[in-house]
Amino acid sequence: MKTRDTILNLGGLAVLVLLLWWADGHLGNYAMRILNLSAIYIVLALSLNLANGFTGLFSLGCAGFMAVGAYVSAILTMSPDIKEMNFFLEPLAPWLQGLTLPFGIALIAGGVCAAIAGLIVGLPVLRLRDDYLAIATLGFSEIIRVVITNLQGLTNGAQGLKSIPKYSTTWVVWGVALLAVLFMSRLVRSSYGRQLKAVRDDEIAAEAMGVNVFRVKVVSFTLSSFMAGVGGAMLGHMITTIDPKMFSFMLTFNILLIVVLGGNGSISGSVIASIGVTVLMEAMRFLDEPLNFLFVKTDGLPGLRMVVFSALLMIVVIFRQRGLMGDRELSWESLARTGLLPRSRNGGLA
Amino acid sequence: MNLATFFQQLANAASLGSLYSLIAIGYTMVYGILRLINFAHGDIFMLGAYGALYLIAAAIMPWWVAFVVAIALTGLFGVALERVAYRPLRDSPRISLMISAIGASFLIENLCVVIFSGRPKSFPSVPLFDTVVNFGSVSVLSVSLFIPVITALMLVVLLYVVHRTRTGMAMRAVATDVEAARLMAIDVNWVISCTFGIGSMLAALGGIMWAIKYPQLNPLMGIMPGLKCFIAAVIGGIGNIGGAVLGGFLLGFIEIMVAAFLPQLTGYRDAFSFVLLILVLLLKPAGLLGKRQTIKV
Amino acid sequence: MMLETQGATMRFGGLVAVADLKLEIDANEIVGLIGPNGAGKTTAFNMITGVYEPTEGRIRFQGKDITGKPAHSITEAGIARTFQNIRLFSTMSVLENVLVGSTVQERPNWITSVLGTPGYRKRTKEVRDFAMDLLEETGLAEFADEQATSLPYGKQRRLEIARALASRPSLLLLDEPAAGMNPQESIELMDFIHHVRERFGLSILLIEHHMQVVMGVCSRMYVLDYGVTIAHGTPDTIRLDPKVIEAYLGVD
Repeated sequence: MKTRDTILNLGGLAVLVLLLWWADGHLGNYAMRILNLSAIYIVLALSLNLANGFTGLFSLGCAGFMAVGAYVSAILTMSPDIKEMNFFLEPLAPWLQGLTLPFGIALIAGGVCAAIAGLIVGLPVLRLRDDYLAIATLGFSEIIRVVITNLQGLTNGAQGLKSIPKYSTTWVVWGVALLAVLFMSRLVRSSYGRQLKAVRDDEIAAEAMGVNVFRVKVVSFTLSSFMAGVGGAMLGHMITTIDPKMFSFMLTFNILLIVVLGGNGSISGSVIASIGVTVLMEAMRFLDEPLNFLFVKTDGLPGLRMVVFSALLMIVVIFRQRGLMGDRELSWESLARTGLLPRSRNGGLA
Repeated sequence: MNLATFFQQLANAASLGSLYSLIAIGYTMVYGILRLINFAHGDIFMLGAYGALYLIAAAIMPWWVAFVVAIALTGLFGVALERVAYRPLRDSPRISLMISAIGASFLIENLCVVIFSGRPKSFPSVPLFDTVVNFGSVSVLSVSLFIPVITALMLVVLLYVVHRTRTGMAMRAVATDVEAARLMAIDVNWVISCTFGIGSMLAALGGIMWAIKYPQLNPLMGIMPGLKCFIAAVIGGIGNIGGAVLGGFLLGFIEIMVAAFLPQLTGYRDAFSFVLLILVLLLKPAGLLGKRQTIKV
Repeated sequence: MMLETQGATMRFGGLVAVADLKLEIDANEIVGLIGPNGAGKTTAFNMITGVYEPTEGRIRFQGKDITGKPAHSITEAGIARTFQNIRLFSTMSVLENVLVGSTVQERPNWITSVLGTPGYRKRTKEVRDFAMDLLEETGLAEFADEQATSLPYGKQRRLEIARALASRPSLLLLDEPAAGMNPQESIELMDFIHHVRERFGLSILLIEHHMQVVMGVCSRMYVLDYGVTIAHGTPDTIRLDPKVIEAYLGVD
């Protein structure tokens, strides 16, 4: 049913473009920010899903790679004046001081640096068993954070970077998110995607069938790090300030939450959950903030939001491990089965 | 760096090492039985401290009773945690268990932020532990002497329980082979609950002693020590109680000594444990005292 | 000589799982490896296929030394295997399982996979056609799109064999392919093994407990007990060998 799918895909794309164009013109800043944040989280969730859901690598290093991407791209796009303003404690290394590049290049550079970091971390660490891999990647994420905090002359240390140019417009972030979805769906459905899934399902059998398991893991992990770096870069250019403290395990936890809720191993699940969780997180902000509604006055209970989300994560993992979509995808075919669209002859099994 | 300061730092290292050991033991025992990294263990350590704090503040019992009650309650909490968050996932892939543990950890931390507020609270001072003891030119707080002694005592008790009682034998059996243990009519659930109970009580004890030595409490105080102690357990050989102790002392020692002798590296202090962890995982994954495990294909 | 092991020994700490194994397999032969449980048969397989590196000794395949090489390159060299406990890819379909078996033929890389280059598409089609052929040969073609683990046990075992064949091996190692089969299925399996050998021109090394299958299919057999090769010969010689009888039935 290739023609049907192609038509529907193009149609869907057109609808998305129209929606974004409408939103851009009609929704206020706050709402747009949430919308764009969702797009960034789509990229981040897909990055974790690639390593974790599709290749079975339980990596908790997301935040570290995001930090690399964010810092690299920020330093490459800030003008010399802004840099000088930021690096008042210790000046930035001279070769970087005068360097200002267009956003596109900086974004890719951020991703590439994150990918290199992923390679460096992955080579030693990917031979470890799942839980050890988790702790080791968490460890590396923390090490990256500590290093960033201490390299005053490169990253401005604990002061962080402010006044990062706001290049993450709606079209940019949603464009990148779309590219990410496209990339992932093509990868996962391809022969290489099968290798990833084989490694996930049974490493020993995969190796016996000729799959170079270690190399597959390294490729998957590096690509995942690239995506995390790009996501981190876009985040930096949206909120315009970054500092080492924001790239904590908490950030990785949020992304893990999204992936588990959406379904580990489902691209559509990650997309839906990213949007859902981002919106929900904002909507629940009222739980943390003081309420001043008519005669009702409460002092905010900071932390309540996270209590709810942690509980949600645990409930999902205990009672519905597969999350929203499990490892299935929302496809035109699955919608067709509900009777709304023309079905293909053999029921979509290809 | 003169001799006096050196001994001072040594005392500090012994204290820190003891505290780390107490917490590391809990990790290693749980991992040995369930192959689970109990991310929430560091938060249990925190709960012990807060428990003692509130019981003393309630002024209904002498401080030492408050300590014992806090430890007992925390132990029960550990058992409850296992029942709620881990038992339902006993037959699930290990990653689900880990996610549940991470969720539990965040849940406990944020619940405590909500209940106790994120602002640091001061632990009441107990005269017995606050006296300054002098050895010639070296002066240490009495608590720094109590901690290693109490830890050593606890270790003796623990090793006695593990190696000379039936419960201990059951625990070792379950850690080796769950199915076989079940076939020997060992109540595996009971053993697991015991393990969590003991581990949590030791962590609570560690938390209280930590609070005495570093009297500022906050709900997130368990995160770093928790992570470091897990690393300590891995370094010593996960699943091995002796290894946890060794790892705890090693880590405490290195941390204090580096801070004392290489102050320019203080900013990187937190990263040391992680670097050490990765080195161990790469060079001797079974840890210093651990044994290699081959998988049956 | 297709495969030969010289003094291959596997030690796990103090335990000697396999001692001084001297195996020889020639082209187009079906050779059996039997022995009581725990005799070290699967360990021998694991040494040959690179899952374990032998503590001592050498293994040569088609003249090249493959001792201690990683498992995936041994598969590339032309040795494929099935497993004692079925290890199918649980989230994939029957066809997809076989397609993974073709990895050494297809050699996918992520760039061409994502871009869908003409070269990629051509290779994918070839591999897919061959996989469908294999499924026809093994009688599983109608289940191509079913989830692999939803198949009945006997068919799952055949799927494992089809998957192993996808890498176009010269030597096929079958680890208890008849396990859990009733007599009727065992006979079908015997015929199937013969057929596979003829059709694909390969050698087969077979671990089996089903004496009927082994005696009916193998031209030669090795008998292992506690890691030691206690006998070697044709089915008729082995059947009467007192050491073999003792190993299986114990001394009177």
